[in-house]
Amino acid sequence: MVAERKVDPRPLLEVRDLAVAYGSRRALDGVSLELSPGDIVGLLGPNGAGKSTLVRAISGVLADYSGQVMVVGDELRALPRKELARRIAVVPQEPRFDFPFTALEIVLMGRHPHLAGLAFESARDVELARQALTRCGALHLASRPIDQLSSGERQRIVFARALAQQAPILLLDEPASFLDLRFQVELFDRVRELAAEGCAVVAVLHDLNLAAEYCDRIVLLQGGRVVAAGPTAEVLTYQHLTAVYETEIYVDLNDITGALVVTPLSSRARLRLRDAQRAKVSPAPP
Amino acid sequence: MSELRGKARAARERARSPLALRLALVTLGLAVALGVAIAIAVSFGAAEVPLWRRLLGGVWSDAQRAILLALRLPRVLAAAALGGLLGVAGVAFQALLRNPLADPYVLGVSGGASLGGVIALIAGVGGLGVPLAAFVGALASLVAIERIATSDGRLTVFTLLLTGAIFNAFSAALIYFLQSVASREELSAIVFYLMGRVPSPGLATLAALWAAGIAITLALFASARDFNALTAGEEGALQLGVDVERLKRRTFVLGSLATALAVSAAGLIGFVGLVVPHLLRRLLGPDHRLLLPAAFLGGASFLVLADLAARTLAAPTELPVGVVTALLGGPFFLLLLRRRGASLGG
Repeated sequence: MVAERKVDPRPLLEVRDLAVAYGSRRALDGVSLELSPGDIVGLLGPNGAGKSTLVRAISGVLADYSGQVMVVGDELRALPRKELARRIAVVPQEPRFDFPFTALEIVLMGRHPHLAGLAFESARDVELARQALTRCGALHLASRPIDQLSSGERQRIVFARALAQQAPILLLDEPASFLDLRFQVELFDRVRELAAEGCAVVAVLHDLNLAAEYCDRIVLLQGGRVVAAGPTAEVLTYQHLTAVYETEIYVDLNDITGALVVTPLSSRARLRLRDAQRAKVSPAPP
Repeated sequence: MSELRGKARAARERARSPLALRLALVTLGLAVALGVAIAIAVSFGAAEVPLWRRLLGGVWSDAQRAILLALRLPRVLAAAALGGLLGVAGVAFQALLRNPLADPYVLGVSGGASLGGVIALIAGVGGLGVPLAAFVGALASLVAIERIATSDGRLTVFTLLLTGAIFNAFSAALIYFLQSVASREELSAIVFYLMGRVPSPGLATLAALWAAGIAITLALFASARDFNALTAGEEGALQLGVDVERLKRRTFVLGSLATALAVSAAGLIGFVGLVVPHLLRRLLGPDHRLLLPAAFLGGASFLVLADLAARTLAAPTELPVGVVTALLGGPFFLLLLRRRGASLGG
């Protein structure tokens, strides 16, 4: 797969000058993004920065946008729905389930774009769905109705559904928000595997440490605009983060893992820090 | 050559698909059940025409033969087609609105149909005039509701629901108005029309109802996997590759046509389109590929038996079948809800 990357350097996803408006409010303005096979790009930014809007626009849910979105070489608008779903799989922030399908049936829905009109899922589709469940450590949930699963379990099922879709581009909108630490790590290890197999991944993340660990590049959004974009270590800095999140955020390296560690400072920590600095500047009176 | 082999393998895999097997079993089972229901229903009534005695080598009198062929069989077959239409319309609207409590009458077409029928009754049109007027009323409201609920080329489900409710309320108000100015005979005709009654139609009407019922069921069945995906919400379904706008429009039109036919032919028969899909979803699970054919056959059996009860329970008086379906369906539905807790989805 690495070799394939050299042969075909064509980007899987190209977003140029994307702008989206909800009524008179500009949700996205002049956003550009490019993903090649193997890329994991984190979308970061405070609430309302436009991260989910960007995911929705790329996944073809928003009819009104300006700019260009090229999906594996074709303009988004020109692609039929099913073809688009064969190219882009989405793990939504809050998946909905109106009727109590079983976990396996939900995952099989990921095969929908691959099936012609009336066709039933073949034994191969079922096998792919079971493999996807296995990969997410959720095969034991296969026959359970989705409404009886915990939100963390549901999130793994929806991730498995996206895997079963076998799309080269994966959009994750807060995929880890209901997962405990073990499953967060497992999910992103899977994401990294997929990237190694040649997928391109866009992940909306709130957890900056998760982003630091798994993303090759970061796009930092604020008010619908890109504030900073580039390799993770260049974007995740005290200056950028403190400006965008409007609270003090420290970034340093962990001694043991060598990973970037992002620490938002609580107001109490800020006071402690200030006191310590004062103590250094003016020694205590005798 | 290898393509051919691939196709053969794909066909084998499809045949092995557990769902195809279940579909075949469910359809066969419910078809047999419908056959049994029809056999029972034609056997009983004001005069008994026991089918089994004939099967055991007995002979019918001419009167029995005449009753069976001219009166009872057409009515029983009409009940089956109407029940099927209502069952399928119920599944369609529940899928469209993503709500298990939707029924065929929720989106307003039934209001237009009953208004059309009532106007024809007051105008003194006889024979097929009443159902035809009702059907015209239903189609007119179908077109109007679709136009109103569409903005920027998109059909909004929420607006659709509101528009339907308003159409029903408006039609009801107009019907009350017409009732208040109607003569005593007209009034009782209107009341009986609205309560719902299975007709004993001619061969042409019967064939039309069955053909429409089967065609609409098949057309909806073609979208069955889309309906499954739609349970992930409109955005979720889009992201799974469903052309949601087309699906919504198609479903509204097909479901409304089924409702329009049923209401035009038989008035407002309640509960079939709510109870039957709900019960079947509990038995078979939520997959629309099983639910749609099952709802046609199950709805057909249900209404055949309800109509039998309507004819025989208070004989020689005939009860309106709408009253029977509500009396049977209501408590049964509540029992189901109590037994399985408050989970409406299942």
